[in-house]
This record gives sequence, structure tokens and C-alpha cells, in this order.
Amino acid sequence: MRQVQVKKCTCTADVSGVCSALFELGGMVVIHDPSGCNSTYNTHDEPRWYDRDSLIFISGLSEMDALEGNDDKFIADIEDAAGSLHPAFIVLVRSPIPMMTGTDFEAIAGIVQEETGIPTFYVPTDGMHSYIEGAGRALEEIVRLAPEIAGKMPQEPAAVPKRDLADRCRSGVNLQIGTDGRRLRVNLLGVTPLDFSIGTSLLSMKEFLRQAGFDSACCLAMDTGLPEIAAMGGADVNLVVSTAGLPAARFLKDKYGTPYVVGMPCGFFSKVLAEQLHRAAAGEAGGVCLLPDPGIKPGEKSYIVGEPVICSSIARALALESGNFYPRVICPIQVPDRLRLPDVIYAESEEELEPLLGQAGVVIADPLMKTFCGRGTLFIHLPHEACSGRMFRAGIPDLVRDCPQRILKAPVWRQMS
Amino acid sequence: MLQKVHEVNVEAARTSIGQAAWPRPFPQVLEYNSAAHGPWNIVHTGMLVPGAHQIYVCADNCSRGVVLTAAEMGAGSRFSSIRLTQEDLLDGQMEELVIDGVREILDKLPVRPRIVILFTVCIHRFMGSDIDYIFRELGRLCPDTVFIRGYMDCIAQKEGPTPDQKLRASIYDCLAPQEKEPGSVCIYGNDLPLDSASDLMALLKEAGRHVFQLPLCRSEEEFLDMSRAALAAAVYPPARYGMERFAGRMGIPGLYLPVCFGYKEIAAQLRLLAQTAGLSLPEERLGAMQAKAEQALALAGRVVGQMPVAIDSAAFPRVLSLARCLLEHGFRVIRIYADAFLEEEKEDFLWLRAHAPETQIYAVTDPAMRVMPRRTEGRVLAIGQKAAYFTGTGNFVNVVENGGMWGFDGICRLAGLMADAVIHEKDTRDIVSRKGLGLPSLVEV
Repeated sequence: MRQVQVKKCTCTADVSGVCSALFELGGMVVIHDPSGCNSTYNTHDEPRWYDRDSLIFISGLSEMDALEGNDDKFIADIEDAAGSLHPAFIVLVRSPIPMMTGTDFEAIAGIVQEETGIPTFYVPTDGMHSYIEGAGRALEEIVRLAPEIAGKMPQEPAAVPKRDLADRCRSGVNLQIGTDGRRLRVNLLGVTPLDFSIGTSLLSMKEFLRQAGFDSACCLAMDTGLPEIAAMGGADVNLVVSTAGLPAARFLKDKYGTPYVVGMPCGFFSKVLAEQLHRAAAGEAGGVCLLPDPGIKPGEKSYIVGEPVICSSIARALALESGNFYPRVICPIQVPDRLRLPDVIYAESEEELEPLLGQAGVVIADPLMKTFCGRGTLFIHLPHEACSGRMFRAGIPDLVRDCPQRILKAPVWRQMS
Repeated sequence: MLQKVHEVNVEAARTSIGQAAWPRPFPQVLEYNSAAHGPWNIVHTGMLVPGAHQIYVCADNCSRGVVLTAAEMGAGSRFSSIRLTQEDLLDGQMEELVIDGVREILDKLPVRPRIVILFTVCIHRFMGSDIDYIFRELGRLCPDTVFIRGYMDCIAQKEGPTPDQKLRASIYDCLAPQEKEPGSVCIYGNDLPLDSASDLMALLKEAGRHVFQLPLCRSEEEFLDMSRAALAAAVYPPARYGMERFAGRMGIPGLYLPVCFGYKEIAAQLRLLAQTAGLSLPEERLGAMQAKAEQALALAGRVVGQMPVAIDSAAFPRVLSLARCLLEHGFRVIRIYADAFLEEEKEDFLWLRAHAPETQIYAVTDPAMRVMPRRTEGRVLAIGQKAAYFTGTGNFVNVVENGGMWGFDGICRLAGLMADAVIHEKDTRDIVSRKGLGLPSLVEV
């Protein structure tokens, strides 16, 4: 049965994904839920909870209120809290019971916005999908509404003369500088602690941009604020570093024509990614660059398991650095079809994972995935916050700076290759 | 990040005991969850049943919290789940899904557990799933397995018993009545074992009475043997609901002897226990116990001095009884962290209102607690993790759910811990972030 989980740890779900994505932006997130969602989120999915304040609450929905459709209490409680705490915006998040009772969140958001004057929106989660879906929707919505919330319209998209830059790419002239003499500005999309934790990965991504000659614009959504998000449309190109950033990238492409590249910088793959950023900025491939084919075949029964963009990037870095070998990517997280990448095995159920990992020769994955592996499997730890939460946080590497090297240096890897 | 451009109003989350409404000083509004996680949850409690395997049938968002609770305590192999999808809410096959899923899990486990705790959730309650049918069928199809009903239907907890209370009842529902062991006592429904030196335990042990406690059961047989007890006693308030049901079903006396700090109440509880269990309890002994507690409090008072004290109801559910005891003995209790009080605290509430009306009551879950400054001007001694977290102190007594303390001896032990906490500062962040105080924690905080 696809739904049975004896060995698999449940990954972070959509409600926590919304909260994680919006944590730093000064809004108030209200999960319409009886109990538990807040505790699960702040204990296992939110490493910033102890040290940083963010207005994330549950409604404490009671059975009688749910049965009687007593939305007035929900609205009054939100408005009371907003009156005391003055959030920049309010977000309503749905859990399974309000989904079953058909609570009209659009209407409630409208009432709250009208009565408080605070921009209010709703993210249609149900607690039954992954954080990628929740964070993806939340990031897209905040990008859509940030200009209104911040009271600041975005700048016009950078006027990069695409043909000229493409020519320059081909001719090998300085790729980093636009025709107007300035450095290209790059947004990072899809950055949450669920995929990158709170170590130095984000700093390293910014350092990658700097060293590659780009200016780092907005990082969606860590270490940033609403004004920066409102101005995202002014960047030259977007770098989608996790799947959760993809919906926002598509929105920005549609609205401002901003090209985007999918991939996380790491190891030798960083150089490839830098080139792709320029090509995308120049309008190549319609301004969309997915992860390139590594050009060699993946290893037999060797896998890297986790978030698709991150793992695909690491796999490509390994391919480039080893020259003859790289693991195939397995994503154990539920990802909707519209956000799936090519060359990734999507295996969210235990039924699908068991035959793959049970027979595997090499597995690079979160330590909690080791339960799937046989005795002969060579296992390399790659802890992932959205899988094991805080359990192995100290062992989460800087994905950008250290990850491929750490894997390459692992005795298991040397033994295998 | 949160921009405090407006003056944030935190007053809704605090009041004085002189002004506080009884029994709920704060209205039920949006809820904040603090970063202090030491109190036990249903997963921890379920793991007390030796060898039991827990199965949760729920959506991913609910499953995430419980699966990692199990993993963090190193008990992931005793945990499984059945994921619910939107289709399951519509296809009318919920009962079959649960039954088939449980059977598949049992088949897949390397060792088939004798006891399974099966948790259903709010969704089943709302769908009207036939839970009786599920358990009946499972009992028929898996006759060698004992199924315990677990509850994660949090939506019902404001109008009735909480999932925690219901689990503390249902765990014992699987115990079949059997011949009683004369004089034996079951300390019912506590997560942490009572200290062997506590007055209650000492009294029973001295009389050679067999005491059953779930946290001390090491085998399924020991657990199933608990129904041999001739007397049941609950010392932890959330266990009272189940204890009364258990005692009634077993046809044995049931006593509610909650951990408290009033000398008269403790003495009355000891007399009641002695009378019901047929134990000898001379009044002189009570006097000696009381004198020892007085001495311990006096000694602690010398160390604590006028250092302000903050206490929380997760440490001691009878938090007002504790506040009164400490105030009566010269301690400077300035804050009590609690969203509401137990009905049985009324007398202590009225005493505090009359004698210490300025004592501050702080909410625990009110949204304003998210932005309430988590620091104090001077040093504070906290009793309990939440009080420590909210005051930002490292001088705290690390205790949840009464910490195994009971009676005059419990007062002595607490007094010692208070003095020690003043002298030895703790790493608050590391300690309170861990779930289930007293259990293993594999977390790298």
C-alpha cells in the first residue's frame, strides 16, 4: 500500500512550508488548526524559532466552532492579534479540518483585510502535501503581493539588450558586465532553512554570485525584507536554488520577463551555473535554463536522495569532479507534476523507495533514510532539515562550499570509485 | 524580520492575581507555542507501554510531529504511519484503509509486536469513521495482537478530555480484570515514576506493598499484570479521568492524590491513603515529615533569599498551591505562567488574591507572549522550563509533570533543587529545546 510508512520519516508538510517561507518578512501567519501544527513547525521545521521572533500562530479551532461554522471567532481573534502586534501582512493557512468543512478562506481574508487595512491573503494548504508545495505557493504569493504590501512598485526590469549579450557570450568577452557597464543582478529563489538550514550555505551562495561577477539582489526568502522582494522584478536573472523557488520564478518570468536558471552552485558545477546565468540573461532557450545533462551516464545503483534541485546540482558537481561517475537523484518528497525536473526519480512512497534503496550500492542521503538500505550499501550522510528536522543539524554541510568535496573525501566514496 | 514600527501591546498576556478571572485569566484566542518542549506528549506516553508499536493514521502535517518525536527519542523502530490523502476523505473506504494498512505494517515489521497503539485523528472524527468497527475487525483478524486506542483528535479537546487524558485511560483499557494481589497499589497514569523516597511510596514500601507503575514496567507481562492492583491512585491531574474509569472497571478503590504543597492537604491525602490501604500512619510521623519540609524550605530560603521566583504550570499542575507554599515561607514569587487553573486550585487562588494580589499571572500561549521580552532586569529563579524560557534565566529547576515528587518529601526535594539552581546555572536553550524531559534525546540542538 502506497500510504504505509514503516521505515520512512514523514517529510515537512505544506503548512510548515508556508511558515518557513514567510518567517522573516514581518507578517502574521495564522494556521486554522485545532492544535499541533504550530508545535510541529516550531520544534522540527523551524531552526530560527528560539532566537528570532516571528508572528506564527494557530487558531485553536474547536469542534463546536468547526461544526457551527463559527468563522466570526476566527476573524475576531485574527483582528485582535493584528491590532496588538501590527504585522505588515496577514496570511491564512488551512489545515485538514477547515479543508473538510469548506471554510471560505478567500472571503475571510477579504473581511480581515477590509476591517484591519492590513493586506491579507490565503495559501490553500491542506496538511497533506509537501513543504515544497506550501513554500512554493507562499513565495509566489509574497512576490506577487510584495509591491502592494511594501507600498513600493518594482523597478522596471533591467533593460539588458539580449541579442548583444548573447553575442558577447559566444565571443567570450567579459560575461559579467552588462552592456550598460554594470554587473548583472541576480535574485536567489527558494531559500528556506528546510533545504539550506541555518548554516553558511546562504552566505556561500551570495559569495558565489560575487565571485562570479554578479550582484546579489534579493534572496527569497532568508536574510531579506519586503522592500527587496518588491523590487525583485528589477533583477537581470533569477537563480532557482530549490524547487520551492520555481513558482515564483515562473511568475517573475511571466510578469517581468525575467529569465531564470535552475541549479544550486557547488563545486565545479558553479562555473557551469555562472555561464548559464549569463546565457539565460541573454535570452537563450527562452530565458529558462534547467539543469544541464552531465554528459555521462549515472552510476549503477548509486543514488543521492533529497531535494531535487540541490541533489541534482551536487550530482553534476560530482560528475564534473570525478569525471566518470555520478549518482542518480531520488526525490522522496511529494512534488507536484508541474514542478518536477527531468532525470529525477520521484519516489515518495515507501513502496517505491524500498526496491531502489534496498538494492543500492551507494546512497548519499539523510541519516534517517539508512533504514532502507541493505547491509552492503555504502552510505554517506547528507542530513536534510526537511527530513530529519533538527536531529542531525550539526552535521548539515555548507551545501555550496563543502558538499561535493565532503562526499568525494568520504572513505566510502573513495572505496566505491 | 519583524519590524517593531508600532508599539506592540503585550498587556493582554499578563494580569495580576488580584485582577485575574477564575479559572481562566486569559481568553481563548490565537495560540502561540513556545520553544520550551520538555513536557511529554502522546508519543512519549505511548512508548511507556513495553514493546508496544504505535501506528498513526493521519495527514503528513500531523505525522511529521509524531514521527520525529519517536525518532528523537531513538524509538523510530516502534513507530509507523498510514498517510491520509484528499482522496481518502472522499472514497468512503477509510475503515478498510486503516485495517489493511495496519495489517500490512504488522506483516512488514521484523518482529510482530504483541501490543499496538493505533491513533486515529480529527479527520476520522469529522468523517464519522466507524472506529469501533476498525478495532473489532483488527481484533478478529489479528487475534494475537492487543490493540489500544490512541487519540490525536485535538479538535475535541476544548469540549472534552484531551487526547493526552484519553490515552492515559485507554492504555489501561486493555488490561483484563484478574485476581487481585492483596494490598498492592497501582500509581496510575503518570509518565515519570514517583520517587521511591516520596511519602506515598515510602509508606507503601515500608508496609511491603507491591506498587505498580507503568514507567517502571520492563516487559509486556509486567504491564499486563497491572490489573492485579487492589487499589489505584492518580497523582498527576490528567490521569484522574482514566484512573476513575479503571478503578470502576476493576472494582477497586480509586484515589485522587494530586501533587500539592499545602501541609494540611498533603496530610489529608496521606491519611486517606493509609485508611483506604490499611496502613499505619501515626500523627507523630506526619509531624516529623512536616518538620523536615519546614527545615528544607528554611535552608533553601537562605540560599534563594529575595531572588524573584517565577513558576509554571507545566512543572507543577497545582501551580497555585506551590506559589502559596513558597510565599508563606518567605520566597518572593513574582510570576506564575499558566493559561488556566485546575478547579481544585480555587482555595489557593482565593488565598493568593487576598495575601499576594500583586503576583503577576502570565499567559503561556497568548500571541503577545511571542513578543513579550524574554529577559528580566535582575536574576530570577525559575521553577519549570516555560518559566525559564520566558524569563530568560539559566537559574532554574528543570522539572515537568511534578518530576516524580510527592508530599512533604517532594517539598524537601524541590527546596534542594531550588537552592541548587541558584548556585548552578544551566544551559537553558539546550535543555528546554529537547522533547520529553527524562527520555533519551538524539537531537543536535
